[in-house]
Amino acid sequence: MHRYILTRVLHTIPLLGGISLLTFLLLQLTPGDFLNQMAENPGISPATIEAMRRNFGLDRPWYVQYGLYLRNLVLHFDFGESFSRHQPVFTVLREGLGNTLLLAVASAAVTWGLALPLGIWAAVRQHSWVDRLLSLVAFVWLSIPEILSGLLLLMLAARTGWFPVGGMRSLDFDELTAWGQFLDIAHHLALPALVVGLIPLASRMRQMRSNLLDVLRLDYVTTARAKGLDERVVVFKHALRNALNPMITLFGYTLGALVSGSFIAEIIFSWPGLGRITLDALLTQDQYLVMGSVLMASLVLILGNLVADILLAVADPRISYD
Amino acid sequence: MEPEAPPDSPWRIFRRQLRRSPLAIAGGVVLGLFYVLALFAPFLAPYPEDAMDRERYFHPPQSLRWVGPDGLHLRPFVYATTLTDAGGFVYDEDPSRPQPVRFFVRGSAYALLGILSTDVHLFGVDAPGRIYLFGTDAFGRDVLSRLLFGGQVSLTVGVVGILISFTLGLLLGGISGYVGGLTDTAIMRGTELLLSIPSLYLIIAMRNIIPIDLPSQQVYLGIVAILAFIGWASLARVIRGLVLTIRRSEFVTAAEALGYSRLRIIARHILPNTMSYVIVAATLSIPSYILGEVVLSFIGVGVQEPSASWGNMLNQARSIRALTSFPWLLYVPGAAIFLTVMAFNFLGDGLRDALDPRRTTGGRA
Repeated sequence: MHRYILTRVLHTIPLLGGISLLTFLLLQLTPGDFLNQMAENPGISPATIEAMRRNFGLDRPWYVQYGLYLRNLVLHFDFGESFSRHQPVFTVLREGLGNTLLLAVASAAVTWGLALPLGIWAAVRQHSWVDRLLSLVAFVWLSIPEILSGLLLLMLAARTGWFPVGGMRSLDFDELTAWGQFLDIAHHLALPALVVGLIPLASRMRQMRSNLLDVLRLDYVTTARAKGLDERVVVFKHALRNALNPMITLFGYTLGALVSGSFIAEIIFSWPGLGRITLDALLTQDQYLVMGSVLMASLVLILGNLVADILLAVADPRISYD
Repeated sequence: MEPEAPPDSPWRIFRRQLRRSPLAIAGGVVLGLFYVLALFAPFLAPYPEDAMDRERYFHPPQSLRWVGPDGLHLRPFVYATTLTDAGGFVYDEDPSRPQPVRFFVRGSAYALLGILSTDVHLFGVDAPGRIYLFGTDAFGRDVLSRLLFGGQVSLTVGVVGILISFTLGLLLGGISGYVGGLTDTAIMRGTELLLSIPSLYLIIAMRNIIPIDLPSQQVYLGIVAILAFIGWASLARVIRGLVLTIRRSEFVTAAEALGYSRLRIIARHILPNTMSYVIVAATLSIPSYILGEVVLSFIGVGVQEPSASWGNMLNQARSIRALTSFPWLLYVPGAAIFLTVMAFNFLGDGLRDALDPRRTTGGRA
């Protein structure tokens, strides 16, 4: 078990190296020397540009440059300078990543808060109208892309005024109490979290339903029923535990996927997360910021999958990797 | 004794299975219709995609009528409108000025299917009147015309992208599974790399390479290339798995004994056996390519104005003003995208059921 975890962790190191090489090559292929572009910006001092040129060795061959990029990245956590924001890339990314993770956690709450009860409901009432209606809705919902559900919810917000139409904080945020600030952010978070959380909802609900149905057919459930136990006890105490097991893994994979999934919602609702930052960086040709955010997003995805694999191994004693 | 009938061909089994899923057939019919509409867009669209009407910005969709105050008309008509509130873009219909819809009218010149030069359009109204069945956008361009021309971009991105990425995925996955060894390791590490970068971030990073202000044909090719480059990895992994099973079959050993080249064995003997999986996977993957173009154009780095695509049409619906006052800018391209994605999903599900031999029920009918 420990060996498995260690192997998996070690395995991510060459993967991250490969991703950094790929992003670096993309950076090299980008037309135009970005430092020249920076030099045209009066907001950046020639000293900063000179320091970056030296630091990243931009007059040397590309493999030396890559080595320096990697060295700065690994030793100093230095992703370079964002020249549209006049800040180190890492500072910009840290804030964006925090906001994206907040959105991801809220979306996960939406997904699982709805998927588990609905899936259980559909399973215990198999073949009833509830079950049929839920599968029909799930089937249609699978075809509504995020970009459409996002714009429809934005339309709802704009027409009713029930929710803010974008951003993360109100203008008077600083004057609110701590509780008020929490509520304000939650208010801004609601719609983007709904958009992101509803994407995987349909398939998670179907998975929960079929897991529980499988377990309910097993002998030990029949035994529990034969003992004369209340049906609620049979379902919630005996069957549900085993039906939830496969869902634990999915939970981990979803967390990683949510970072990617929140991209469009962040743009539609101007949520200041990693996706929004990446798009702004692309539009302002802020090369180091683009590359830094790609690296950061990949890191989260890889870690999410890693955690999921380990969770699976921990949760299910039947699975052994040694 | 009657001689026993020969067993059904796979094609007949497939057709019989497909007939059992009406949703898949409906999906196929809708898609066929959409592709024909896109193909004949210049003929069906009353106006060119970039024709601006400077007197009718944000004109709401006109309703097609048969009945006026003077009773039933023999041909459908729309009422002419006048701008009553220039700030709020409010247009009032004028019941005294019905504009009959005429068919096969002369309009702007174009070349149908790229060869047939003509200026005949399916329908229109007498000049100087205008007909906007789906309204106009912020530049006074006809939304219906842009939807049809935009379909040419949005509907083909998926198919062209799939053709490229599935060719790559089949070849690399096939080689990886059949050859094994170092080649296998190298290809699989490559796919792992591509799959560990969140796809939208990778798309953005690659889009960064292409200058934003290229002509739209080149941007289109660039988008297809990016989507295809990202899409091959997951297919290659599955194909590799399938090939690992198939390569142990006797017919592969036989082909090897005959001394065929490895590439020939992969392409002619092994890969055809993965086709039913590939067809289903391709049908179910096309929506993600279409949505890739939609997202890129929506955020302003895809197909550039004045060329139309469903994504940059949605971009016009992004503002709060558009969402509250001019909702057709969202509904029209949104409905087209939704119907296309749903049709591909239905068709893909139906094909999966029809092509999967384990799901065949009841034997021969």
